[in-house]
Amino acid sequence: MFTETQFGKSRRRAELLAKCVLGMMVASMIIPLFLIVGYLVKEAWPLLSLDFLFTNPTGGMRHGGIWSALLGTLYLVTLSLLIAAPIGVLAAVYLNEYARDSWFTRIINLAVVNLAGVPSIVHALFGLGAFVLFAGIGRSILAASLTLAIMTLPVIIASTKEALSAVPISFREACWNVGASRWQTIRGIVLPNSISGILTGVILQVSRAAGETAPIMFTGAVFFKKIEAGNIFAYSIWDQCMALSMHLFTITTQVTDAPRALPFATAVVLLGTVLIVNALSIGLRVYLRSRKKW
Amino acid sequence: MEQEVLDLPEGAVPGPIKAPGAKPMMHGRKRPVWEIGFEVGLEWLIRLCGISAILFVFGIFAFVFREGAGFLFSGRFSLPKFLFTTEWYPTSMSNIRYGVLALIVGTGSVTILAMAIAVPFGLGAAIFISEFCTGRIKEILKIIIELLAAIPSVVWGFIGISIMNPLIQTVFSVPVGLNVFNGATLLALMSVPIMVSIGEDSLKAVPDSFREAALAMGATRWQTIVRVLLPAAKNGLLAAVLLGIGRAVGETMAVLMATGHAVKIPHSIFDPVRTLTATIAAELGEASVGSDHYQVLFIVGILLFTITFVVNLSADLIVRGVRKG
Repeated sequence: MFTETQFGKSRRRAELLAKCVLGMMVASMIIPLFLIVGYLVKEAWPLLSLDFLFTNPTGGMRHGGIWSALLGTLYLVTLSLLIAAPIGVLAAVYLNEYARDSWFTRIINLAVVNLAGVPSIVHALFGLGAFVLFAGIGRSILAASLTLAIMTLPVIIASTKEALSAVPISFREACWNVGASRWQTIRGIVLPNSISGILTGVILQVSRAAGETAPIMFTGAVFFKKIEAGNIFAYSIWDQCMALSMHLFTITTQVTDAPRALPFATAVVLLGTVLIVNALSIGLRVYLRSRKKW
Repeated sequence: MEQEVLDLPEGAVPGPIKAPGAKPMMHGRKRPVWEIGFEVGLEWLIRLCGISAILFVFGIFAFVFREGAGFLFSGRFSLPKFLFTTEWYPTSMSNIRYGVLALIVGTGSVTILAMAIAVPFGLGAAIFISEFCTGRIKEILKIIIELLAAIPSVVWGFIGISIMNPLIQTVFSVPVGLNVFNGATLLALMSVPIMVSIGEDSLKAVPDSFREAALAMGATRWQTIVRVLLPAAKNGLLAAVLLGIGRAVGETMAVLMATGHAVKIPHSIFDPVRTLTATIAAELGEASVGSDHYQVLFIVGILLFTITFVVNLSADLIVRGVRKG
């Protein structure tokens, strides 16, 4: 009969201990997260309503809602998406479908990694120097969107590349064998089979762009701008605008006597938007993986 | 693109191949010239987008450098003084001094403390998720970590001011809650997700045969992790830590709001500091375009760009080493 030795027991105890300690480490990151989100929502509760979303800030941003900031964020995100999505998707098509495995491709990949690692405030300096001053666009939604687009480009490139490389090479070979050119293959076979994967990356870009503050601070976002409430065409792309992230920064640090619930409510709206958009992307990805055909 | 030989050379992309001497078969519709022209044009556009990342990285450096260059080469600027003095008085009436040492120390202290918290937790979580969790729990934990990464930095900053600040004041009974510790805690939480995902990837990259061999020798799972998996995945884990550092150094809004904004070298973790990123964010709005102060802020930007570039480059080289080896 096999009996466990003292040595075996201590080993098993070490294993259990390690598992508990590591598990507690994970728990100590996740539980505070839920507590924080819960606390934010609890503090924001008295102000949260549809009215809060659709009225303008009033009284030096001490009262009222967040409409002008919300609309500004919508403009920035949409415009930056329109700029970043085509460039990012085509760049990923190049890297996955055209590029050889050479030193040049390696440099491109390195550039993508480094672009993702450039601090957001350096993107702001770049946007100010290149778009606002050099290109003469001035501080505007357009300049801020361009800055955001370049900043979020790596997100789209990375996820599109992943989606494209998930399409089996045999699909392409079959298409080439019936005489299709490389672009015909990409348009007819590769893109349709990876479009939903590309979509997850695009959604992720939206969530990144919505949350960023530093890059838009000096390129187009302002503390306060009066616009007509309820009119979604209130901004033009040459205007400066308010943005949700910037608004949260302003009412937290510059407006000292705002009612306590106001910044909390703004934070909850911003956090809620970003997390919902993100969850959408994750949900889509999980769904796609579950019904993958090949 | 059109290869004349059927044997693909080493490193070539697979693609449509024209057999040597083959005539195009004409029993279909011939493609109109404009369609072929469109395709050629589009392929050039794709190539242009492909190299756009390189253009943007160079563009960022070039434009930030361009804005700061005037003062950098003006003779009034001395690099040793800039890097090694602690006096940052950009708007002083009598004696303007630009010394960023205190800011560098500020960034350094917040980053180091953040890493001291984040590295054990991040790598611990990576090990736990990769080796101890399976199936649904693993997926859910990964999703939560991913959502943690999605929280915008300005929201972290707000959490620092509204939740961490009073909490630190009461728990540690210090007068100011906006300090190195506050900023470092936030930065730790912000850089943990990237460490977990890269760390988990590199643990996943260790072949299962390693695990099987260790378990067959009678090792427990924990022994397998410590003796086999960690040494095998050490480069990937190191890259994970470096990427976390890169993220922490470059973070702006959270540290701007949570570290207390005092230009001085901290003596304890409860002293307020100011970081390089926060300085640019706080002062660029006030500095008039083209002034010395404005240009110095761009020089600080060059410094930041260089630091993160080196960190990310080394992380990438290390990861590449893993893939090759």
